[in-house]
Amino acid sequence: MRITCPHCGPRDLAEFYYWGDATRTMPELGSADEAAWLAHVYDRPNPRGHHREHWQHLGGCRAYLVVGRDTATHEIFSIIFARDAAREPSK
Amino acid sequence: MAEYSAFQLLKHALTGNTGWKQAWRKAEPKPEYDVVIIGGGGHGLATAYYLAKEFGITNVAVVEKSWLGSGNVGRNTTAIRSNYLLPENQHFYELSMKMWETLSHELNYNVMFSQRGVINLGHNPAQMDAYARRGNAMRLNGIDAELFTREEVEHILPGINMSRSARFPIEGGLMQWRAGTARHDAVAWGYARGADRRGVDLIENCEVTGFLRDGETITGVKTVRGDIRARKVAVAVAGSTGHVLNLAGINRFPIESHVLQAFVSEALKPVINTVATFGGGHLYFGQSDKGGLVFGGDIDGYNSYASRGNLPVVEDVMSEFMALFPNLGGVRLLRSWGGIMDMSMDGSPIIDIGPIPGMYLNCGWCYGGFKATPASGLCFAHTIAKDEPHPLIKPFALDRFKTGRMIDDKGQGATPRWH
Repeated sequence: MRITCPHCGPRDLAEFYYWGDATRTMPELGSADEAAWLAHVYDRPNPRGHHREHWQHLGGCRAYLVVGRDTATHEIFSIIFARDAAREPSK
Repeated sequence: MAEYSAFQLLKHALTGNTGWKQAWRKAEPKPEYDVVIIGGGGHGLATAYYLAKEFGITNVAVVEKSWLGSGNVGRNTTAIRSNYLLPENQHFYELSMKMWETLSHELNYNVMFSQRGVINLGHNPAQMDAYARRGNAMRLNGIDAELFTREEVEHILPGINMSRSARFPIEGGLMQWRAGTARHDAVAWGYARGADRRGVDLIENCEVTGFLRDGETITGVKTVRGDIRARKVAVAVAGSTGHVLNLAGINRFPIESHVLQAFVSEALKPVINTVATFGGGHLYFGQSDKGGLVFGGDIDGYNSYASRGNLPVVEDVMSEFMALFPNLGGVRLLRSWGGIMDMSMDGSPIIDIGPIPGMYLNCGWCYGGFKATPASGLCFAHTIAKDEPHPLIKPFALDRFKTGRMIDDKGQGATPRWH
């Protein structure tokens, strides 16, 4: 697997650190909603197919990335900076 | 039915090996069963076997997407041990260990269980303290454990790098002598034959594509070979748990699927006579009876349902092996493979009734499922037959994440890839 960092170009997998599922949203820190916290901490969609996930180019520019990848084939569809993903509405 | 006695071997050798019978029938799916088990791997087959043998439930089908034992039970590093720290794990895996000790007799099938010992190597005082603590915890619960000195390690692993100038010099280890290995395919085949003889239908090439529902309740499975109704549907699909639960409409669950690679070298004369783990990184290794070095390390670390890994882990595992056995650097690798692991949030399995009415779930084995096969089958069969969790698996209920009773042997927290 190679990941094309938007800043550094195509790089070896070994340069990247995997942070996991990027679809989870943390409840408000003051929230006392147990079900929401349970889901956030323990539950994962774990799809076979398209998966949205966080990677970091730790051995390069250190940028946080949001990668769209197929978990059944390891094919990568999209790579954007996490800061850009965070600015997208309704995530 | 096939029997593999010395007399049969001789008879068939003299008659050109043409008279061997198939070990199990090629069953056609019936429209309805009492129990349908999804997954013809070790756990599914063992569950079917114990349902029939211990609980008299023989109207059972095992539906398998591919051929029996084509998943992780047919390709793993075969280590069997019960050297856990936490009592819930100790009691469960020790039951499994005791079942392994008599399994070949139980199945009348030689699973080649070899109690050659499993040793965790320690490389610093803190690690040796942790091993002493775990060994004492094991012994308190009646499980054998022995703390090895550096000299004792050298004695049982004569080829290993004992250099004091190594990056992670070996200080000792924690040995469980009763632990060891087994012939993995034989386990699947033995359980399959035993279940088949008691009337269980083993249906291969029968992928489940959905579930039959009556309102919320599961009433059977849709398969590529037609619908099969069942009073109870048991799911034992290891790495495919997320996918199968998805088919049932469950889109969030405390499991992530990851790929784990393993490696076999060309055959050598006996050089490693035990199973050992490297404590300076993550590596476990042994030598098969055929002579190949069998070893593996970490999972690749990213979500995957692809049965193949990537090169960074290969390099990592090889470098760790070289740290321990620089003398084996010239040995060539014969093959490697990747299997999909159902990594749970606390590193322990989930066996429970539910999460949907009519469904029974057995998953979350991370990459330690093989050694659990007998106890998992027995306890899961008990749970299905009596509609009540077996006492030993009550702690492995799904609601432990909600109640905070996690069984996290390594103390890693809710990051599946670290377990």
